[in-house]
Amino acid sequence: MVLEIVSIILSALLTENFVMVKFYGICPFLGVSKKVETALGMGMAVTFVMALASAFTWIVNKFLLIPFDLVYLQTIVFILIIAGLVQFVEMFMKKSMPSLYSALGIYLPLITTNCAVLGVTLLNVQNYPDSFIYSLLYGVFAALGFTLAIVLMAGIRENLDEERVPESFRGFPITLISAGLMAIAFMGFSGFSI
Amino acid sequence: MAEEKKTITSVFINGLIKENPTFVQLLGMCPTLAVTTSLQNGLGMGLSATAVLICSNMLVSILRKIIPDKVRIAAYIVIIATFVTIIQMCLNAFLPDLASSLGLFIPLIVVNCIILARAEAFASKNNPILSAVDGLGMGLGFTGALCIISAIREFLGAGTIWGIELYGTHIAPATIMIMAPGGFIVLGLLVGTINFIVSKRKGDK
Repeated sequence: MVLEIVSIILSALLTENFVMVKFYGICPFLGVSKKVETALGMGMAVTFVMALASAFTWIVNKFLLIPFDLVYLQTIVFILIIAGLVQFVEMFMKKSMPSLYSALGIYLPLITTNCAVLGVTLLNVQNYPDSFIYSLLYGVFAALGFTLAIVLMAGIRENLDEERVPESFRGFPITLISAGLMAIAFMGFSGFSI
Repeated sequence: MAEEKKTITSVFINGLIKENPTFVQLLGMCPTLAVTTSLQNGLGMGLSATAVLICSNMLVSILRKIIPDKVRIAAYIVIIATFVTIIQMCLNAFLPDLASSLGLFIPLIVVNCIILARAEAFASKNNPILSAVDGLGMGLGFTGALCIISAIREFLGAGTIWGIELYGTHIAPATIMIMAPGGFIVLGLLVGTINFIVSKRKGDK
């Protein structure tokens, strides 16, 4: 039990990092990684939504879709749950946590189309259909892995701005190449298992 | 833009080249990087996304006057998810090998920003036929980009193209190119090169 939990945490955070190894959530990873501060905000918002989405989709899958034999509707139902959750989180934050809302404001609607969120819910029903705890854990730590990658990338990009990059490689191309080098570093974790 | 008359060919060329979703608009990066490990996967992904794009563009365009403005994004997502589910079932039934190698990225077509972006930017404002052509153009632009990237990666990383051995066992292929880092680096170099060519041609004029 303990071993399994540790191995879920390690694989979600490092060895199977969502961005660097599995390529989920590349759009926000490239779009919102210009500054460390905003990257951290995006990471936190995604973590919040991914934890809630993992919990909700597991319950819906276990008690609605499987008993009524509707598993083929998974994609449609899950994306609707995620879109609803994002809307709900937005309204809730606006009312009760206005400071956090104004910090995350613009990133919240973007989370619906972050494929890391839909990806984690679909992975969860594949890998841990029977364990609520494992699904939730995987969701939270995969999101933290996403946060780790996007914050690291933002740190690199803040420094890249001051480098003399060839004109046509400014911006997007050099970011991709740096991400490639970062992914090589993340490959170093791949032997790591329990 | 608004005054410019939209003909079928201009809409088609626009999607295919001028506003190529991958190289120019930089949309839909997740599948672009994840599934381009071999030409077969790239083509399969591109064509599946094209099929979804044509169908969803058409239906969104037909329903554009019925869907209330406030819930349009949610309605688009449901329409797209429906077509994705249909495609997923077809792939599982007829091309199980492709379906298993694309894996989770088939259901993830739902959150591919290209499709939602075209529904919002084009299909909700134009008639069904033009929207279908726009879907076809954008889809083929996406497919072409995926094919270029995956052919380069497969050639360098596995020494094959479409599964056919090219340089045999004499030179060891650089396996890293079909792993995660290769995807980032190949796309980065490609976009950089395209920027370079575009800026050169602008300079000439």
